[in-house]
Amino acid sequence: MKWLLIGIIVAATTVGEICQAMGMRSHGEIRDFRPGAIGRAMALLARNRFVIASVVAMAVSFFAYLGLLTLTELSFAVPATAVTYVLETVLARYILHERVNWLRWLGAALVVCGVALVSL
Amino acid sequence: MDHRAHEHARLRVKTWICAVVVICANVFGNFFLKLGMPAELPTPLAYITVLFRPTVALGVALLILWLLSRMALLSWADLSYVLPVTSIGYVLVAIVGRVLLNEQITSRRWAGILLIMAGVALVSGGVPQTAREKSHGAGQ
Repeated sequence: MKWLLIGIIVAATTVGEICQAMGMRSHGEIRDFRPGAIGRAMALLARNRFVIASVVAMAVSFFAYLGLLTLTELSFAVPATAVTYVLETVLARYILHERVNWLRWLGAALVVCGVALVSL
Repeated sequence: MDHRAHEHARLRVKTWICAVVVICANVFGNFFLKLGMPAELPTPLAYITVLFRPTVALGVALLILWLLSRMALLSWADLSYVLPVTSIGYVLVAIVGRVLLNEQITSRRWAGILLIMAGVALVSGGVPQTAREKSHGAGQ
């Protein structure tokens, strides 16, 4: 049950965060942080299909995470779901076409090793 | 060249401020969720009613702030930059679990925490944005 929930969380989070990054990139840099401008940006984003898809996926992930929290410690639950790192860095390179230089690969690799140590 | 250096400095400061909000909202959102969570959620309805407990509701509010601030951050920063930099939250969550929830942290977990911090330090000194300048217009 524990690992099933983690599987659901990882899949939903990965899809959600990639969609979130695609949606926000298509929107462009937010430069104005006054309340009115934030409200207008949010109204615009609420109609962005990538943002909508990301919110749906992250809601799925959230409820699976609630279930996981009843079963395990917080200091297990959070790092165990960090497998999303590997998936998302690879997808950032191939779907979002970010230039992932060796420093970022090395950083992501260190984070993954650290997460494995913390969660096992 | 001078303009580009100035632009990088502006983006870096903005990125750091936003990243701190993202990280704190995530860590304390998770903390309050765990604090308010009962021992079990027996029925699907329990997943909904639990959201109305005050500590769980506070956790959810903080996680909504996390979602929005992360979206703002991703509007200018690369995902492959945001991921490792905000992963310092994993370290803070472990410390919060240890100090405020009395969870046990083994020496292996501390070693993992050190590795995560090293990864974060490596990436966070770099430039937050790579693909954007060229793909802006073309990638629409």
